[in-house]
Amino acid sequence: MILNLLLGPDPALLGTPQMSESPFSLLPAASTNAQELDNVYLFITALCAISFVILIGAQIYFMVKYKKPASGHRKTSPLTHSGKLEFWWSFIPAVLLIGLFAWGETLYMKMVAPPDDALQIRVTGQKWFWTVEYPDSGAKLTDEIIIPINVPVKLTLTSNDVIHSFYIPVFRQKKDAVPGRYTNMWFEATKVGVYPLFCAEYCGDQHSSMIGTAKVVSMEDFEAAIEEASRIVQLPNEPLPDYGARVFAKRGCESCHSVDGTTKTGPSLKGKYGAQETLADGSTVTIDDNYIRESLMEPNAKIVQGFAPQMPSFTGQLTDEQIVGLIEYIKSLK
Amino acid sequence: MSQQPATQDSHSSEEPNFYRAKSGLMSWLFTVDHKRLGVMYLASVLLFFFVAGFLAIALRTELFTPAQDFVSAATYNQLFTLHGAIMTFLFIIPATPGALGNILLPLMLGAKDVAFPRLNLLSFWIYSVAAVMLLCTLLLGGLDTGWTFYTPYSVHTGSAAGLAALGVFVAGFSSILTGLNFVVTVHRMRAPGQSWDRMPLFVWAIYATAVIQILATPVLAITVLLVAVERFLGIGIFDPAMGGDPVLFQHFFWFYSHPAVYIMILPGFGIISELVTVHSRKHIFGYKAIALSSVAIAIISFIVWGHHLFVSGQSELIGVIFSFLTFAVAVPTAIKVFSWVATLYGGSIVYNTPMWYALMFLWTFTIGGLTGLYLATISVDVHLHDTYFVVAHFHYVMMGGLAISFVGGLFHWWPKITGRFYNEALGKLSALLVFIGFNVTFGTQFFLGHQGMPRRYFAYLPEYTTMHQISTIGSWILALGLVIAGISLAMALRKSAPKAGPNPWNAMSLEWQTASPPIEHNFHDTPHVTCSPYDFPEIDKSGGGHH
Repeated sequence: MILNLLLGPDPALLGTPQMSESPFSLLPAASTNAQELDNVYLFITALCAISFVILIGAQIYFMVKYKKPASGHRKTSPLTHSGKLEFWWSFIPAVLLIGLFAWGETLYMKMVAPPDDALQIRVTGQKWFWTVEYPDSGAKLTDEIIIPINVPVKLTLTSNDVIHSFYIPVFRQKKDAVPGRYTNMWFEATKVGVYPLFCAEYCGDQHSSMIGTAKVVSMEDFEAAIEEASRIVQLPNEPLPDYGARVFAKRGCESCHSVDGTTKTGPSLKGKYGAQETLADGSTVTIDDNYIRESLMEPNAKIVQGFAPQMPSFTGQLTDEQIVGLIEYIKSLK
Repeated sequence: MSQQPATQDSHSSEEPNFYRAKSGLMSWLFTVDHKRLGVMYLASVLLFFFVAGFLAIALRTELFTPAQDFVSAATYNQLFTLHGAIMTFLFIIPATPGALGNILLPLMLGAKDVAFPRLNLLSFWIYSVAAVMLLCTLLLGGLDTGWTFYTPYSVHTGSAAGLAALGVFVAGFSSILTGLNFVVTVHRMRAPGQSWDRMPLFVWAIYATAVIQILATPVLAITVLLVAVERFLGIGIFDPAMGGDPVLFQHFFWFYSHPAVYIMILPGFGIISELVTVHSRKHIFGYKAIALSSVAIAIISFIVWGHHLFVSGQSELIGVIFSFLTFAVAVPTAIKVFSWVATLYGGSIVYNTPMWYALMFLWTFTIGGLTGLYLATISVDVHLHDTYFVVAHFHYVMMGGLAISFVGGLFHWWPKITGRFYNEALGKLSALLVFIGFNVTFGTQFFLGHQGMPRRYFAYLPEYTTMHQISTIGSWILALGLVIAGISLAMALRKSAPKAGPNPWNAMSLEWQTASPPIEHNFHDTPHVTCSPYDFPEIDKSGGGHH
């Protein structure tokens, strides 16, 4: 699901249809509060447009009317101030702004107060993927959040490394995922569809590809998808390398490691099994089962020369079965 | 003429101007003449404006296509970091106070120099050291934190963040000392008769700016010092892995950096007040309202920092309070814009290059201010936060506000600084190109923002392509306009350029009542002030129209 950097985000790969037809139109409003937020947005736009036309209109009128005559300067107005005018042009904006504040605040209170019966989902940001966990079923997704329609959903966000920000534009919702603390956000989806999900807080090299999908589905589809996602287990008759490839994709490994020889943040894994690599300290190591296992558990123990220690540890996150799958998959990358 | 300046009699032409008063490299490096220091600041800030602008063009060029193709991910991240850091700390913040402020403040006050000339020299040296430190990070390759240095990213990234943080720390001292110097200068060095309500509004603006510099910059210094301590000594302050709190950093950082937005823009307001009056031959409308609104903005600016943290997880109640206070800044800002437009009423407007830039400012800054309302509205900000809407908004305020007024101010005071005229035709052409280029570059970004395009992406979804391409083309037009502005100004440096004389605009403020360029001690005799600096002879006094 994480996008190939060299190709740029490919919509087919991301699986999200374009959000809107024209660059000028609003995005689809796919949550209960999104429509009202658009109303506030349009109200401010109207207010700004009217103010702008009045102000710049007056400026242009004065510019034309009071141009210096070709014959030399005319006598200019002695006007220096006007208490009445200054009062009204302070008072009217102040009243409008207080009204705008109040509307924005009322809506905000709705946007930050989840109903008590909301479905709980945990979201963890990490360079450069999102892990989405459903505590009720134990299901775990990477760079994908599946949401049932017409059900309030409450997210509990955190981060494993730096600050990320979880942003689903069609819901008009965003919240930072901060390491060492939990933040919350909630929404109730109202339109079935597949939508982009962005990281909105700069988080390093591949911030731009920390893009995932938010899938809004019916309750039945939701239950089936969660059932499916609660296991990345080897299917009957599934060859180990194929299983490993699924683990590789689901856990977001390809955000840093290509399988076609392209160098990304980490080394490409193509043809690496059995090869000799020079490490940062000048020593060499042979890529074997143990090196792969160690690199998953203690990624910074042996860094290949030319790369930065950026990889997170997967200790406790992968089963032995999955690690074996990954090793077999890497072996198969000739 | 109710100002009583030093007379422009025959002996003024005999005394050499401040460039010729002394010669040799040392006479520049160790000068305590505010004008020479101002000229050195000017050369430096223009250099950094060029460097940071060049980086911006590289950024926009990468964004021409959705895919990453022109520069690598790491390079892109360094480009936007250095673009932001150099523009903010080495161009926008020092530009108007350091360059125009230094050259003009004592002249406008009728003083021989600032209150503490040696301190002024120290400020410049400190600024130079900071500049070298920040430029080293460019050469070392690897400052990729964004100009905001958010923790814990900035604590861990294997780059030159420590050096950059120290560079910003050092730059802060220059800012504090300059601010201190200017505050004392304004209080103590005004010419006889120049009461507070007879000071040019540029002086009021520089004064309000200086107060913020003194009060806010120490907080930045402490904050970046804490980041450096955390990086070098491993003491947990902001990094949760060491028991710190990353959001605390954001509070500290914006406690400085939001007032800093006004350090950047208030001097621009001052420039505009001078330009619209002189070139329309009108008394400024609402002198007191403009002067006091600068002070009001300076005060309120200290209590709005939390609007940068609306989605950071700070408490909802605090968010709402900050939203309200942010709206409160809008009122004094609106008063200023209304007053400038009202100043044009009944004038006799001359359309020269400085006036075109001032009129352009009214357009761009109005858009910048109005789009701030979207972001002050807390619920709408949740959607627009960290998108291109914010990028467009602050470029309309910073570039459209400060940079455009600064360029306008350069054209306006260029005859005073160089003694000769810039090329008017090229100047007007530059204003047209900058106007078109600026609005095409940043106007499109509002649409990208409301469609959800996040900031600091080097690759993006294909649906954003059209607007990004228009924006990139706009940035090339903008760059061309600024290069032409530079050529127009540079043409004044030729020996054949027409001489300006002491007061080419027939302005009333004191800096025009001495030779161009001024003599070393500014005035032959101490000037006396008997009326407002906006009392132009063209004003019709016969009707008794005073209120």
